[in-house]
Amino acid sequence: MNRPARNHPGFWAFVAHRVSGVALVLFLPLHFLALGLALESDAALEGFLAATEHPAFVIGEWGLVTFLTIHLAAGTRVMLLELLPWRDTRKGLIAFGAVLAVVVGAVFLVRAG
Amino acid sequence: MTPVWLFLAQRLTALILAPLVIAHLAMILIVADGGLTAAEILDRTRGSVGWGLFYGTFVLAAAIHGPIGLRNVIQEHTPWRGRSLDAAMLVLGGLLVTLGGRAVVAVVGQP
Repeated sequence: MNRPARNHPGFWAFVAHRVSGVALVLFLPLHFLALGLALESDAALEGFLAATEHPAFVIGEWGLVTFLTIHLAAGTRVMLLELLPWRDTRKGLIAFGAVLAVVVGAVFLVRAG
Repeated sequence: MTPVWLFLAQRLTALILAPLVIAHLAMILIVADGGLTAAEILDRTRGSVGWGLFYGTFVLAAAIHGPIGLRNVIQEHTPWRGRSLDAAMLVLGGLLVTLGGRAVVAVVGQP
């Protein structure tokens, strides 16, 4: 029986791509609803944004920023593998994406915190 | 929509989304200092044709890309498939276009 090779960076890149994608698409309606508060009044949007300064919100936003970076990096990797000639540089793409997601998340936390 | 068209739509929207996501992330990091205010967003976006096009394109591409991706994930990890799944993903896409379009009008339109 064929079993998926789980002990491999490519498998974890696949998992991270999927998990981040599902999380992002489920988050999007909430994101749009929050911005839609500006239809009501500037103060309604301001009141919501003031509430997002709570640490629990900032942690959630850090998660979303990190997921968005992961999804961007993983998706770009998939397209590079599909569309460009097969090169050894592909091996560094997963590590590059992981480091990029950590760095973007850290910069967000430092600036928002 | 045949799988080939869905695959191509997914890749095409990914190519559109990648630079938009890079700009969105850069913007998030720039405005993140010490909390975001409504004025910071609305002063930039209100009445701006450029930001209207940016976010309008972003919403449309994401509303196509998200449901196609979620459909793939559901088909590969659950027994759900067929017309009911396709219908549910069309509803999700419609919801994203509607709520996303409303959000763009909210931040770009003049009150």
